[in-house]
Amino acid sequence: MNLLPSLRSILEELTQRFGTQLQHAPAPQPDELYLHAPPELAGALCSTFYKKYHGRLAAVFAEDARAAEHAFFVYYLYALDAAHGFVLVRVPIPADKPEMNSVTDAVPAANWQEREIQDLFGIKLFGHPNPRRCVLHDDWPEVYPLRKDFDLHTKLPPFTGVRHKFREVEGEGVFQVPVGPVHAGIIEPGHFLFSVAGEPVLYLQLRMFYAHKGVEKLFENLPIPHCVRLAESISGDSSFAHAIAFCHAVERAAGIEAPARARALRTLCLELERLYNHVGDIGAICTDVGFVTAHMHAMRLKERVLRVNEELTGNRLLRGMACLGGVRFDFDADQLRALVTFVDDFEKEFNDLVELIRCNSGTRERLETTGVLTPQIARDLGIVGIAGRASGFDHDLRREFPHDFYDQVRFTVPFFTEGDVQRRMVVRREELFQSFGIIRQVVGKLPAGPIQTKIGEVPPDCVALGFVEGWRGEIFHWIHTAPGNRLARCKVKDPSLQNWPALSEAIMGNIVPDFPVVNKSFNLSYSGTDR
Amino acid sequence: MFETLRQSLKTGVVTTSYPTTPAEVSSRARGRPEIDWEQWKDARPAAAVCPTGAIEFVDEPTGRTVSRNVTLDLGKCIFCGLCADVDPAIRMTNVCELAACLRDELRHTAQYRLNDDGTHHRLLEAPGKPETLETVGRQLRASIQSVLGRSLHIRQVDAGSCNGCEMEIHGLNSPVYDIERFGIHFVVSPRHADMLLVTGPVTRNMELALRKTHDATPEPRLVVAVGACGCSGGIFGRNYATCGGVDSVIPVDVYIPGCPPNPHALLHGILLAIGRLPPNAPRRNDSDAQRIKHALA
Ligand code: SF4
Repeated sequence: MNLLPSLRSILEELTQRFGTQLQHAPAPQPDELYLHAPPELAGALCSTFYKKYHGRLAAVFAEDARAAEHAFFVYYLYALDAAHGFVLVRVPIPADKPEMNSVTDAVPAANWQEREIQDLFGIKLFGHPNPRRCVLHDDWPEVYPLRKDFDLHTKLPPFTGVRHKFREVEGEGVFQVPVGPVHAGIIEPGHFLFSVAGEPVLYLQLRMFYAHKGVEKLFENLPIPHCVRLAESISGDSSFAHAIAFCHAVERAAGIEAPARARALRTLCLELERLYNHVGDIGAICTDVGFVTAHMHAMRLKERVLRVNEELTGNRLLRGMACLGGVRFDFDADQLRALVTFVDDFEKEFNDLVELIRCNSGTRERLETTGVLTPQIARDLGIVGIAGRASGFDHDLRREFPHDFYDQVRFTVPFFTEGDVQRRMVVRREELFQSFGIIRQVVGKLPAGPIQTKIGEVPPDCVALGFVEGWRGEIFHWIHTAPGNRLARCKVKDPSLQNWPALSEAIMGNIVPDFPVVNKSFNLSYSGTDR
Repeated sequence: MFETLRQSLKTGVVTTSYPTTPAEVSSRARGRPEIDWEQWKDARPAAAVCPTGAIEFVDEPTGRTVSRNVTLDLGKCIFCGLCADVDPAIRMTNVCELAACLRDELRHTAQYRLNDDGTHHRLLEAPGKPETLETVGRQLRASIQSVLGRSLHIRQVDAGSCNGCEMEIHGLNSPVYDIERFGIHFVVSPRHADMLLVTGPVTRNMELALRKTHDATPEPRLVVAVGACGCSGGIFGRNYATCGGVDSVIPVDVYIPGCPPNPHALLHGILLAIGRLPPNAPRRNDSDAQRIKHALA
C-alpha cells in the first residue's frame, strides 16, 4: 500500500541519514511506517523522532519471534501527530543474548513498558534508571510468560514470600504511609507508599500490576472472534473503546472497513461511554472535596446513561455491541429518537449540575492549584488524554487521526495549561458538551445501510495497529496474526499505563488528604494498566 | 446553599423500591440465556461461539450408544448472546437476578443421546436442581443471618477485576439503588466488616492480599463472589496469572453471576446472603428445570 506523503518524506530523510542500516518493510495501511533497524540505532532513532519530528513514544513492546527469525523483536511505536501517521521501529534482539539498552533516560515515557518487556520476555535491560520487577511481583519465580515456550496454563509454584523493597526516604520527621492494595474505597488494587514530612507528600511510590491477568498471553490462545470479548474485559469502564480498538486492528490487518452506518453507531457508543464516565468522575471529584450532593446528582445522571446503554445495546457497559467488521445491533428510528430526547434532557440536567458546582465556591478553592502536573513533565512522561489536555498537550486522536465517524462531525478539543485538578475536571465538563453535539450530529446524518462487513478468516502474518480515543485517552492495540484465525501477538496499550507516573509528580508537595481527589482527577484504570 | 436545596427539591425521590417491585431492566437487556432443552438438537455451534466456555459438552460412551452431557454454566456466562445468535433453541432473557448459594446451582447439565452426525436427540436427563449440601448450608446460613441480617457492613475487595463490577457496586451507593435503606454500609476496613464482596478472577498478585483480608474479617463473616470472574474466573479462567475464581482461594457463601452483574443483581445476591429477600422476590433459574420435569413426566 502507498505510504502517506508525509511519512514518505520522513522515510527519505531517515534513509539519507542512516543509509542501509534502516530498512523499510511494507505495511498494509498508508499511515503505518515499519522500519527495521539494528539495536544500536534504537536510541538514535528515539531521539530523532522525539526531538525532530515531535513524535511521541506511544508504546514499546516485544514479540517472541525465535521460532521463525531466531530473535526477539522490540517495537517502538511513535505517533507523529503532525504527519498524521505512525512509525513502528522493529529492532531484533538475538535469542541467545536477550539484552537491550534502555531508552528511558532519553525518553522517560518508556520507563514502565521497558520493565514490562524485561519481566515478560526475559530481555535484560541495560541503563534503565530503575530496572526492578513490575508486572511479575518480586515473589514470582523466574518465568517469562510472553515467551512462546511458556504455556498459558502453567501452574507456578507457591509464593516464596519475597517482599518488595521500596526506596528509602530519610530525614528528620519523615514518615512512610503505606496504602493498599486493598483500599478504603470501592476501587481497584494498587499499592501507594507515601513519604511524608508532616502533611505534605515528599515522594510517592506506586506499585501496580496487582490486577495482572495474563491478558496478552490469553489473546494468543483464543480464536480472533473471541478476542473481541476479551478486549471488552481489559478495562470495564472502557469496554467499548477497547473492543473497537481491537476490531480496528483486525479490520486493518484484513484490509476491510466497517460500513458507514456501523462506524456512526460506534461513534455514538464511544460518546455514550465518554458521557457516563465523565459525569461520574465529575461527581467523584466533588465528593472527594466533601461536596457529596453534587456526587449524588452525578451518580443519578450516570445511572441514566447506563440505562440508555442497556436500552440501546442490551448491556449497561455497552458490552456485546462491538464485533469484527461493524457492530452487532442496529438502532431503529424509535431508539434514535429516544436517544436525542435523552441527550436534550441530560444536557439540561447536566447544566444544573455545573451550576450547582459553580455555586459552591469551596469546591473550586479546593480544586484549583491542587495536584498540578506541569506541561513540561507531562510532555516528558508522554501523558495523554484528559490529563494531557489539562496540562498543555493539545491532542485528541478523534481530531488528529479521525477514526470511525469522527471525520464527519464537528467538535472542538478543550485544552488548558494549568494542569491542576480543576482543569482536569473542566476538560471533562467541556468534552461532555462536545459529546452532546457529536451525538446529535451523528444521529442527524446517520447513513443507512448494513452494520457489518463480512470478515472471514484473517490472513496470517499480518501486522496492524488499531487505535481509538477512549474517554480516558488514546488506546492502542497492535496485532500480529497467525494461521488458523489466531494471533501471534497482541499488544494492548491503555492510556493508564502511560499516565500513572504523572500521579507521583502531581501529588508532590500536596497534602495527603488531597491524594484521593488528585487520584480521582486522573481516574486511571488499574486493570487496563496491569492487564 | 439555595441552589443545592432547590435542585434537591426539584429532583425529588429517585430511589427504586426494588426488591418489593420488579427489577427495572430494559426488555432488550441481555440476562440469563434460556435453552429449550427438549428441542435442542446440536450443542456444537453454541459451544464454538461461546467465548468463556459457559456452554460445553463431554461425550461418554454408554453401552453401544454415546451420550452427550451438555452444560450451561451461568457462573461462566458473560451474557454476550452469541450463542442465541447461532442457535434457535437458545433465547436471551432479561433475567438478571441469578445469585446462588452453591456453585453447582449455576450449572445446568442435560444428557442427550448422540447421533452419528454429531447432532443429538432425545433428552435423557433434564437439568435438575442439586440437592446436595443445600439443607446443611441453609441451616448454617440461618444462624449467621440471625447475627448479621439486620445491619450489614461490607468490605469490597477487588481481586483483579476489570473494574466493571466496581462500577456497578458503586451504583449501589447511588441515590437510585441506595443500599443504605437496608441498613447495609460499605466500610473501609475488613476489621469492621461482616461481608466481603469479592470481584475478579483472583490474580496471583492479589491472592495473598485476599487471604489476609479474609483473615482480618471477624467471624461470623460472609463471602460473596461477584461477577463471572469472581464465580469462575470468567473469560480469564485459570491461567498462570489467575486462580480462576474466588472459591479457589477462600470459601464462598453466595455467587452473583453477571458481567458485570447490574445493581439489581448485586442487591439480590447480597440480600439472599443475609436472608432478607422478600418471599415474593423473583426466584432464580427454576423455570427451565420445572418446565422440563413437567414435560418429561
Ligand atoms: S451468552 Fe453466555 S453461554 Fe451464550 S455465548 Fe455468551 S457467554 Fe456463552
